[in-house]
Order: sequence, then C-alpha cells, then structure tokens
Amino acid sequence: MDTVVVGVDNSDVSTRAVEFAVERAQKNDWKVVLVHVVPWSPYSFTTPSENEHRHRERESEISAAQEQILVPMAAIAEEAGVSHEALVKHGKPSDTMSDIADEVGAVHLIVGRTGDGGLREAVFGSVASRLVQQAKIPVTVVP
Amino acid sequence: MNIAETFEQFATAVADTVFFSVDIAGASLPLIVVWLVIAGTFFTIWLGFMQVRGPKLAVDLVRGKYSNPEDAGEVSHFQALATAVSGTVGLGNIAGVAIAISLGGPGATFWMILAGLLGMATKMAECMLGVKYRNEHADGSVSGGPMYYLRKGLAERGLGGLGSVLAVFFAIFMIGGALGGGNMFQSNQATAQIVEVTGGDDGFFGSNPWIIGVGFAVFAGLVIIGGVKSIARVTEKIVPFMAVFYLVSALVVILWNVSSLGTAIGQIFSGAFTPEGVAGGAIGALIVGFQRAAFSNEAGLGSASVAHSAVKTKEPATEGFVAMLEPFIDTVVICTMTALTIIITGTYTNPDASELGGVALTSDSFETVIPWFPNVLAIAVVLFAFSTMISWAYYGMKATGYLFGDNLAAEQGFKVVFLLATILGSVVALDPVIALSDSMIFLMSIPNVVGLYILAPVIRREIQGYFDRVKSGEVKQVEHAHR
Repeated sequence: MDTVVVGVDNSDVSTRAVEFAVERAQKNDWKVVLVHVVPWSPYSFTTPSENEHRHRERESEISAAQEQILVPMAAIAEEAGVSHEALVKHGKPSDTMSDIADEVGAVHLIVGRTGDGGLREAVFGSVASRLVQQAKIPVTVVP
Repeated sequence: MNIAETFEQFATAVADTVFFSVDIAGASLPLIVVWLVIAGTFFTIWLGFMQVRGPKLAVDLVRGKYSNPEDAGEVSHFQALATAVSGTVGLGNIAGVAIAISLGGPGATFWMILAGLLGMATKMAECMLGVKYRNEHADGSVSGGPMYYLRKGLAERGLGGLGSVLAVFFAIFMIGGALGGGNMFQSNQATAQIVEVTGGDDGFFGSNPWIIGVGFAVFAGLVIIGGVKSIARVTEKIVPFMAVFYLVSALVVILWNVSSLGTAIGQIFSGAFTPEGVAGGAIGALIVGFQRAAFSNEAGLGSASVAHSAVKTKEPATEGFVAMLEPFIDTVVICTMTALTIIITGTYTNPDASELGGVALTSDSFETVIPWFPNVLAIAVVLFAFSTMISWAYYGMKATGYLFGDNLAAEQGFKVVFLLATILGSVVALDPVIALSDSMIFLMSIPNVVGLYILAPVIRREIQGYFDRVKSGEVKQVEHAHR
C-alpha cells in the first residue's frame, strides 16, 4: 500500500485537497497521512514570560489543531473508508512536510494552493510553491 | 529636603558599604570587584578553559544541531540565549563603556575584554545550574535561577539551612537589582538621551524629565501589569535589529577613522599596563574596566540564569555552553565596539568627558562622523533600556514570587513599586542612580558565587561530563534534513 501525505490547515482549499486525495486513495488503495504544521521557528525572539509558559502554550496549540483541523479532515477519510493517520508538528511548514513525507516513505504530496497564512503567504510565498520547488517526490497542488 | 536629595543620601550610604575598598598603589579597589574576578578566574581554571574549548559546541547547540526534533515548538537554545541577551545588552554597553573610558582611559577596554572572557566561565556555571535545579510545574511551566539552585543544590550537599538563607538573600538583592540597575539606571540614561536630542537642559523635556519617566512607566505598565503582549513582542523583535544597526554604525565610525585604528588599539594596550594620564593609572583602568564589564554582562550575578532556565533540554550542560556566548556577545563584541568608537574619535579626551558621562559621551563620538546619529542612538537607547526593564521586571517578579510563595498580591505590589522607580530614575542625577544600581546588582553576586563554589563539583561533573560524551561520540548530532 502506497502512502501519500496531505498538508492540511484551516482553509476550504485544504478541505478540497483532502477530498481530492481521499477520492484517489479509495481507487488506488493508498494510505493517507494528514499533516498539520504549526508555523514555528527556533530562531524567533520571545519574552521571558512567554518562554516560561511555552510548554503549556505548545500543548494547547497541538490540541487546538487536533480538534479544529485534524478531526474534521480525518472524518472525510474515515467516511470514505480510507486508511489514514493524522499528525501535528511545529516547524516551517514546507520543510516539515517534506521531512514527514521522507519519514513515512510517502510517494506523493498533496496540498492546497493557498493556505490560511493570509498576508504572510502574500509576502513570502505559499507553502505549495515552496514544496513544488523543494520536494523530492511528486507534488499535486489542488486549487 | 526634596525627594531627589533624600535618595542621593540613601544611595551613597548603600554604595559605600557594598563597594568597601582597599587602597592599592593610590587607587581604591572595591573588594566586590575582586570577588567577581576571582570567581571568573577560578571557574576558568576549574572547567579547564572551556571558553577556548567550548565555543564550537556552543554555536552548534544554538544552531539546533543537538536538538531533539520531537521538541520542535518548545523553547529553543537560540530563544533562551536571545531572551537573556536582550535583558543583558542595555545601557551598560553604551553608557557603561563611556563611563569606564572617561574614568579609566583607553586601557580600561583591555580589562573589560579580559573580564568578559573570564565572565564566560562564571556565566556557564550559573546557567547550567539554573536548568539543573529548576522547578517544573504541573502545567509544564518552569521557574529557575539562583534561588532554586541555592536551595535545592546546597540541600543535596547537606547544607540545606545555608542554602535557604542564601536563596532568600539572593531574591531580596535581585529585587533591589531589578529596581536599580535593571530599571532606574535604564530610565535615567534613556531620559538623558531624549533630553539631549530635544534641546538639552533648556528644552521642554530638559525642564520636565519626569514626563519621560511617566511615559516609560505607562508602557512598561501596559506590558507587566496589563499583559499587553504586543508591546513586548515588538520590542523583542526590534531590539536585535537595533543592536546590529548599532554595531554597523560603530563600524562606520571606526572605518572612517581607520588610519587611527592602530593608534587606538595601541592606546588600549599601553593604557592597560602603563600608569599615566588617568587617576589611579593602570590599576585605575583595571578597576573601572572590570567593574563596568561585570555590570554589563552580569556574569556572576545570577540574573541571566533565570532567563536561561526556560530552555527545553534534558542536558543542563547544554545551556551552560550556550550561555557562555552571552558575555562574549555583550562584552567582547558590543562593548569593545563602543570603546573603539570612543577612543578612535578622541572624544574621551574632552576635558569635561567624565562630567558628560554615560550615553552623552558615546553619542558625541558617533556624532563626529554621523551627524544625525544622536537621534538614532536615542531610539536605540530607549529600546535597549525598555527591553532591559521588561526583563528585569520579570526577574524581580520571579524573586518576589519566590519569597512570597507565588502570592499574586505580592507580585502586583512589586510591579507597582517597579513602575514608581522607573519615574524616580528619570528625575534624579546620574551619580546616585549608578551608585545604588551598582550596589544592588553587585550584592546579588555574594550569595550566588558562594553557592557556585559549594556546587563546583556538580558544575564540573555536568559540564566536563557532557563535553566528554560529545567528544567520544556518545552524544551525537541530530540529522536534520533542512537545517
């Protein structure tokens, strides 16, 4: 069974990417790994009190991502009877997604064209375009 | 008698006690400075010159080469270091250096750099302990710093009673340091610079400096009482850029006068050893050099240990290595650049240089090459001062929390006193503010360094042990596809 990685976030485009992946997973007998990356950099600047509570903050970021993003996305795969797994990681979205694709031995990456990054994406480019340029495996960008 | 005069008398009395001095070759040498130098020298030898052997490992740690990928999203080594540096890099780097050179001549720079290098060992020791003996609360938040290693570390060695007493004294002095050097000195010098660029003593702010103090207090209050995170975040983000901008500007001034660079460096070395020109000669240069370096990089005082203890790591020694970079960045790099700027432009030879003191002297040096620089420096000074104040408000709050068992009323009370001190700092003259802030900050080093000596075996075991495991390959770098 081949594995595909789908990048998900809080956007409609991301829902379409999951539907696209699940539909093909049914036909091709793929396993779908849903990945949400919380944007984070080890090189950002923080205040001492932010650092003190960082661990708790990280936990709540992870559980919020689980509840609000991964649970509804996984439900789409569940309904279609597709084998699936859901992961939340912190990091730079494009890099982290390719790392996970490597780790799970994925043969294909599927992402939405635009995410929920808003202004950040407009200025620095989208995760999708970075993945297209960097990934070692085929990338499908869903509009 | 007005409030400023009362304050001056109080400050002088405290400073005379803390800076009890002995006369050596005509210069008075404060014993507390000797205390810190001996600590730095001891840990340099005790840890086998880790300043020379360890920097590569320290840089690799900051770059995340040893970080567990599972810890992504937790406080990184870089973040712990950056937070501590933004609390440390403040007016000590701009005003303190100017004071050192106006009192001790160019030779003071040499001793400052030496003190910075020795301070790396002390800083390494105290920040490792901060992580090793921190409290991890049920919700995963952490409290660390000298209070905790004095109490828990000394208890492990059968000195629980002494440890608790030292921890309480440390916490009291840290509250004093937070109010003095971490607050009043910062507000005082930032106000001085704003007054300078807005028309001097005759300008509007010159006759009403308290307005600036109130302004600082309002912004600081929004952050520390109002919990307005955005202000703190903006400051934390701008300060590193300001620091880089400051260094680049210093470089411009130095390159502008590049033909005198050799002479300036020569003056630093000759002034360090030959007794001429300044009061106290070489010894005088040594004393102010060491004193200003200690005030600037805070090694041996224990304050940075509080900030470093928030890092996510299983190996306390890793943060020791990372913390070692702090005095290097602060003193060996930033202070030296300020010093070179002042020496190369010759502004310190101005007859009223020592009266000018502090920021104003540094500002004049930059102005000789970049006429509009005083305005930029004013902004930099305000930001450095503000970020240092925010950090020290946090240190003071942790100390208050330690003393009063995390009592919320006590912490709020501290915050109010802190803000009042901010305003007071803006209206009183420089000398008493420096006297009081130096005293309080240096007092922290007494309980802290006593604790470091008692815990010296633990310090060597952790640091040398980790270093050996890295060298033997037992601790490996983590493979990162994208770093």
